[in-house]
Amino acid sequence: MAAWKGLTTNVLSHEPALYENSFPVEGGTYENAGHVSSQIKALLKGMKISKEVVRRAALVTYESEINICSYARSGKIVLRVTPEHVTIEAIDEGQGIVDIELAMQEGYSTATDRIREMGFGAGMGLCNIKNFSDFFRITSEIGKGTHLKMVIRIDKDFDGI
Amino acid sequence: MTLREIKELLDAEVLVGHDQLDKEIKTAFGADLMSDVLAFAKAGSLLLTGLTNPQVIRTSDVLDIAAIIMVRGKRPSPETLRLAEELLIPVLTTKYILFETAGKLYAKGIVGCMERVDDERAFT
Ligand SMILES: Nc1ncnc2c1ncn2[C@@H]1O[C@H](COP(=O)(O)OP(=O)(O)OP(=O)(O)O)[C@@H](O)[C@H]1O
Ligand SMILES: [Mg+2]
Repeated sequence: MAAWKGLTTNVLSHEPALYENSFPVEGGTYENAGHVSSQIKALLKGMKISKEVVRRAALVTYESEINICSYARSGKIVLRVTPEHVTIEAIDEGQGIVDIELAMQEGYSTATDRIREMGFGAGMGLCNIKNFSDFFRITSEIGKGTHLKMVIRIDKDFDGI
Repeated sequence: MTLREIKELLDAEVLVGHDQLDKEIKTAFGADLMSDVLAFAKAGSLLLTGLTNPQVIRTSDVLDIAAIIMVRGKRPSPETLRLAEELLIPVLTTKYILFETAGKLYAKGIVGCMERVDDERAFT
């Protein structure tokens, strides 16, 4: 089902990870919302990766993190850096998404007033994630949770951490 | 324009980033919706907003926003200011409304970080 944009699963799994870590995200609260994204951004900044790639990775991480805070019970963000790709997975335990096609539509949102007060809930997050990733896959199971996978290609001149 | 000149122009108060006023600003984006900021704002731009919660700072960090101008006299909570200090993002507050703030900046040569949303939506 995965629509790979110019990448194959094989390429990714065979690449040695230069960095790999998992960061827990608290659901149902905005108390720490975004701190994992700031942390991941700072980490990537410290590697010899272009500003552009760092910014895109931070952006897709942040949209995913806010969605976990907004719609899930708990979750985690897994960052994996290889010589050629930055891979970010956002995995949560929560209500899941009933209609993924609908959720992916720009403007569709089930955000509560509390989410909107924070300045979110325009129904643009998932589209934004898709647009800023070179590869994006979303799967969800109702009542269980949602799994996003985002891959961003690193510029050719990247020669390691 | 430097942030210092912008501060003078908008009769703004610097809340965070006194040491970053020499920063050069060329473009800006204005919105009260972080979802829109995330979709459209470009790196290095000035953010004009009426929102004051900590997510404004997080959003700005993620997007490499150069500085935040809180309009309509809005003042952020201590929590928001602490985060701005931690992430080294300048925050200024002005009594001018969003429209006037944008107009004053535009008249001095600051332009939007994009003109229309159907411009080449380069995902950068
Ligand atoms: N992790 C998730 N778990 C459950 N539902 C989700 C999750 N992520 C997104 N959704 C559902 O998909 C909808 C669209 O998500 P999307 O991120 O595109 O927009 P939004 O969060 O509503 O607003 P925005 O991201 O623009 O602030 C959400 O309103 C919600 O119903
Ligand atoms: Mg969202």
